[in-house]
Amino acid sequence: MGMTMTQKILASHAGVDKVKPGQLINARLDMVLGNDITTPVAIKEFRKIGADRVFDMEKIAIVLDHFTPNKDIKSAQQVKFIREFAREMGIVNFFDVGQMGVEHALLPEKGLVVPGDVVIGADSHTCTYGALGAFSTGVGSTDMAAAMATGEAWFKVPGAIKFMLKGKPGEWVSGKDIILHIIGMIGVDGALYESMEFTGEGVRHLSMDDRFTIANMAIEAGAKNGIFEVDEKTIEYVKEHSSREYKIFTADEDAEYREVYEVDLSSVKLTVAFPHLPENTRAIDEVGDVKIDQVVIGSCTNGRLEDLRIAAKVMKGKKVHPNVRCIIIPATQKIWKEAMNEGLFDIFIDAGAAVSTPTCGPCLGGHMGILAEGERAVATTNRNFIGRMGHTASEIYLASPAVAAASAIAGRIVSPDKV
Amino acid sequence: MKFEGRVIKYGDNIDTDVIIPARYLSTSDPSELAKHCMEDLDKTFVSRVQKGDILVGGKNFGCGSSREHAPIAIKASGISCVIAKTFARIFYRNAINIGLPILECAEAAEDISEGDHLIVDLSRGEITNVGKNRVYTAIPYPGFMQEIMKANGLIEKIRKEKEEESRK
Ligand code: SF4
Repeated sequence: MGMTMTQKILASHAGVDKVKPGQLINARLDMVLGNDITTPVAIKEFRKIGADRVFDMEKIAIVLDHFTPNKDIKSAQQVKFIREFAREMGIVNFFDVGQMGVEHALLPEKGLVVPGDVVIGADSHTCTYGALGAFSTGVGSTDMAAAMATGEAWFKVPGAIKFMLKGKPGEWVSGKDIILHIIGMIGVDGALYESMEFTGEGVRHLSMDDRFTIANMAIEAGAKNGIFEVDEKTIEYVKEHSSREYKIFTADEDAEYREVYEVDLSSVKLTVAFPHLPENTRAIDEVGDVKIDQVVIGSCTNGRLEDLRIAAKVMKGKKVHPNVRCIIIPATQKIWKEAMNEGLFDIFIDAGAAVSTPTCGPCLGGHMGILAEGERAVATTNRNFIGRMGHTASEIYLASPAVAAASAIAGRIVSPDKV
Repeated sequence: MKFEGRVIKYGDNIDTDVIIPARYLSTSDPSELAKHCMEDLDKTFVSRVQKGDILVGGKNFGCGSSREHAPIAIKASGISCVIAKTFARIFYRNAINIGLPILECAEAAEDISEGDHLIVDLSRGEITNVGKNRVYTAIPYPGFMQEIMKANGLIEKIRKEKEEESRK
């Protein structure tokens, strides 16, 4: 029996010819990632091992993105602790305020992940890099600690579900709508422990930013990773961002899948996930009258340049509804600068939106836009769990940048055609 | 490894945002985290949980973020073991890595009620419901994971391995 893309990458990093689902392996890692919340715990665990240096100063990335620029004294203390560790260990890819961006937008941009890599990150959305044809998955701080010391991690080899994408998405329909549609179809545990492999001719209609968004939310279906077949667009992206050597893995013809879904992209509608689970999806025409108080456009899911361009296209020459606060957060410094140079900020600011420095901020209810009791937000983020962005009696509706921008103008959830 | 305790039961998709809300993540001190465990789901949890209690959940327990603060908060609150229909995968590996015993058993998760009295035999994967006089069997851990558990977590295991290596 053949292997899937993921299984082949894992086998190559475990130094074996073949792996099968359920098998426990130790794999060599190309990159180990941590953020300002998970790294302090990892450092404490790392110290317990008694190692005096990390396995490779260049293969660890630490990004201070969640509570930075620091929101309070406690998070400032945590970050100081990390900063000292990074200096002591000589961590090359350490990104502090002024350099940092939301980690999963930053790593690909910096060329730190290439096709065929095995990456773990102490952050659940590490699965984002599957867009590049890498195996990447979220782990906890202890895994990060062990990996910083040994350069390896244990894995249970996952089975896979295949998504055959075909056709071209309609106007305004983006990667976000496609992944919300898929999660609505299979549920938040629909791919539990498995890989989601995205393939088919429809892939070529998706930009890299769309693919990052889709792979990013694989975890919201319970998956271990999401992975895209590598094509010319991937290679072009990688060459532009990285000088590292890459390796393309393709699934065997006789690879085994638990299930194969065909998704016709031309029939995917603009999709919104209602509170309090990403699987509670509705097509835009079934949303009804949902008045909102806040819109957040940003995060590792949808804070990239293309997302901001779409939001600007919708908002150009219009005003944010008087009852809505609209917060726009470019995901990295580079995206920030490009958006500024393209004049997108003029559009946002003239519309009455606030533009923030890169941060995770409101996405996890950290700072920069917390919700009060009874408030409703449309967010381009990836989780709408109870209390995720603030008060436990607040509500989050997940949507694409186009729908979020249109909703900011209308004061309720609407399609971009309506504004 | 054996545990005995009273059951606190919740439903499906208990996510890490309710196990330990992000607003408390500016610390990683277990006893601080334990003070807010389950706060956004059940405000009474912290006051009623007793050392040794067993947490029972439905499917996809621990879904959401990779925060290890979630199993740490549960462990530090006094919970001896978690039983669920299924676990979200990052929570699963975090629990193993920090040495919080967890068992996957759909039958048990369905049949057990709040307040039941259980005895759990981890190495055999056996869960005894004393009041209902029933025994459920979960899949025992593979050897590799039992080794991590025996060492009281992944870090201890690696530390010992490093020590042995340097002695050679
Ligand atoms: S933007 Fe949100 S989901 Fe992404 S890494 Fe930050 S907190 Fe996590």
